[in-house]
Amino acid sequence: MSDILQSLIDIVGERSVSNAPEELWFYSRDPGVLAPHKPDYVVAPKTTEEVQKIVQLANREKVPVVPMGNGMSLAGLVIPLKGGIVLDMKRMNKILEVNAMARYVVVEGGTSQGALKSYLQKNHPTLRHSIPDAPATTTIAANVSLHGQGRLTNQYGFNSDMVTGLEVVLPTGEICLIGSPSIGPYWISKGPTLPDLSGLFLGWLGCTGIITKVGLKLYPNKKIRDAELFVTDRVDLIPHILYKLTHLEMLEDINVWFQPKPLMFLGNYHITIFFTGDTEEEIEFKRKMVWDCLQEYMDSKDGGFMSMQYMKPMLLEMPGRNIADFADVPKGGGFEYSGPIAPIEHFPQYAAKVVELAAKYNVLYASTARLISGGHSMMYSISFAFNRNDKAMMERVEQALTEATAFALDMGGIPWKPNFKEQQMTLAKMEPNARKLLLMIKKNLDPQGIMNPGNWEVNS
Amino acid sequence: MYQLKFDQKVCASCRSADCLLKCQYMTFSGHKEAHGEMMKIMKGKDSRVLSECMTCYACEEYCTRGNHPFYLISEKREEKGMFTAPRPITNQWINMTVMQGKCLVGNVKDKALSCCYIPDLGPLGSGEIFKDVADAGVFGAEFMCPAVHTHFARMSVIKERLPIVIDNYRKLGVKEVICLHDECYGTLTSIASAYGMEVPFQPVYYLDYVLQRMKELKDKIKPLNITVAYQRSCSNRLIPDKHALVKKIFTLIGVKAPKRTYQDENALCCAEILRSISGYKLADDVQKRNIDDMLAAGAEYCVFNCPACQTSLAEKVSKRGLKPLHIIDLCKMAIGEKEREAAS
Repeated sequence: MSDILQSLIDIVGERSVSNAPEELWFYSRDPGVLAPHKPDYVVAPKTTEEVQKIVQLANREKVPVVPMGNGMSLAGLVIPLKGGIVLDMKRMNKILEVNAMARYVVVEGGTSQGALKSYLQKNHPTLRHSIPDAPATTTIAANVSLHGQGRLTNQYGFNSDMVTGLEVVLPTGEICLIGSPSIGPYWISKGPTLPDLSGLFLGWLGCTGIITKVGLKLYPNKKIRDAELFVTDRVDLIPHILYKLTHLEMLEDINVWFQPKPLMFLGNYHITIFFTGDTEEEIEFKRKMVWDCLQEYMDSKDGGFMSMQYMKPMLLEMPGRNIADFADVPKGGGFEYSGPIAPIEHFPQYAAKVVELAAKYNVLYASTARLISGGHSMMYSISFAFNRNDKAMMERVEQALTEATAFALDMGGIPWKPNFKEQQMTLAKMEPNARKLLLMIKKNLDPQGIMNPGNWEVNS
Repeated sequence: MYQLKFDQKVCASCRSADCLLKCQYMTFSGHKEAHGEMMKIMKGKDSRVLSECMTCYACEEYCTRGNHPFYLISEKREEKGMFTAPRPITNQWINMTVMQGKCLVGNVKDKALSCCYIPDLGPLGSGEIFKDVADAGVFGAEFMCPAVHTHFARMSVIKERLPIVIDNYRKLGVKEVICLHDECYGTLTSIASAYGMEVPFQPVYYLDYVLQRMKELKDKIKPLNITVAYQRSCSNRLIPDKHALVKKIFTLIGVKAPKRTYQDENALCCAEILRSISGYKLADDVQKRNIDDMLAAGAEYCVFNCPACQTSLAEKVSKRGLKPLHIIDLCKMAIGEKEREAAS
């Protein structure tokens, strides 16, 4: 038995460490198209102190450490590109505090979206968090670490904007509190009015530390959720429609999507408009506001509201499961997307690009855009489904995604959760001094370069 | 291509102009104006009717001379490139109902039980009432009456697809097709006839079938002693002679349907299509008047003939205290196959 394995066992116990090939197999891959790479060890700590000891061990041994939530980014962000220790955070799943009046929760770094949703429904039914359209087992810390979005992103911004404080184990092993919890007992601000140190960790994909606790804003959970589905065949109208909808300032979430299958969706762009209310009156008022604001498109016959009674239960699911259905259209259950953050005025160009890439690489597309912060930007998903048993198809999807990222960068977009190759494309595009600043931060925080190496690597 | 058989002389000599004067969504100063508008339509001229018609189908019933004013309006709208509903909604319906070879065909011999392309119809066509034909169901775009496209003034789709649907039935070798949806029966009788399409089998209206079966099951019937409001469907306007069956069935199973303001010829539609065409204001108004009227009549149940109407109104009537129920389920309730509490 190696010294490292024994040391890990000493820290977390035998049941929480493995280097068995069948376990490493699972931890070497994610559901996207990137090639797998095996870690040397998998370890599942239970406490911040155990995380700290593992990081100290990794520093001593100069072994990579890759913190992992549920490994569902699809972009290979926790594939251990250089081996080492995968730190599976899922045992750190306690919900530590809910401050109902201040509307925040503090959770451990491996707490899942589903666990928090369930806990709030049971114990604080008037509160909710911004649930991403990812499997319920995905974790809150991982989601904020990659600037995820969720159901409340149109109203309140990226899920990482909703962070109210962090506890982080630094790459050198120190345990560090970020934001208001560094001053007092309340997790009410990740930064302001202090220098905002949360930016040293949010968006870094675990390259600058391991998030062991997250404070997260909670929001009113209205009693009723409802949705309307507006369709148009004129892509040029989409930005204007979105502008009108966001002007209402009352919508929970807005998604724009189009896909060629099933046939009923062919040729149209669909805008799912979610809204909430505590009473039927509130819901009906909002519904009428939505219809009124788009009436001009009905009058011109360019757009209309779909009758959607059959689809409504599926659309109102949180998280939505229909995304997974898309993965299996070509059979073989795979899909991945490039998700650039872009201005909504560019929707028509992105839409055209999706169709162009699908035709060029002979792959099946679907596209969903989610509005962010009331229309300041959107996450534009360029999604392709593939058969995992078809290597050639997976290669074509990878090429299409790379080209999509290049297109997004040319359009001035920012790639969301880019894989390591797309990160390099982004860094190459980045203003040199910004790139230099990233390097300075990384070198100072992680002098040994052990944290999730291969990601956000700036070559000096 | 099939042509609408519309007798211009019949229309020109009409002394009532009821097709438009009785319309619930357009108003005319009198016979002269209404008749004048129909003449314009007939001659291919512009008419406000072409923009204002809500496609409720009722003029097909109001014209007692069998001259199909609604089909003519729809034809002329399409000729002029007009859209009733928004273009993407129109095209969505066309795409959604394309035949893709995904139909389901049961154990069909002489008779087929048509479930159109409506999943809800399958479960309805079951139990003691349908025991002889329940396994002979057919479902899918290949067996769907394309009448819905009249709402969108796309008669070309009907003319293209209906002969294929008829032929699909012919290939099954059936002698009878029992239509669980008014629209199918209306299509195979009214529309097919209006366009001179031969139907090489006997379309059977499901309420004829249900009435006959309920008579056969008379010993099992326990009068329901309930008060209902009946929601007449738009497609029932294509077959107005069949409307009387509802009352016969109600009488047989002990159901009272008190007189309402909006019933029979004056019935209001479920308004779902109005929502698509005009927006929520008219649709909400029609639905509110309709449900107010049901409640004023003292109804406990809202009984549907069409699953689409039921989908459109079920939640709304429930919220007002009425139990929504399809008329087949009502009959199943009368013979003890369905619990009263099961209405939802």
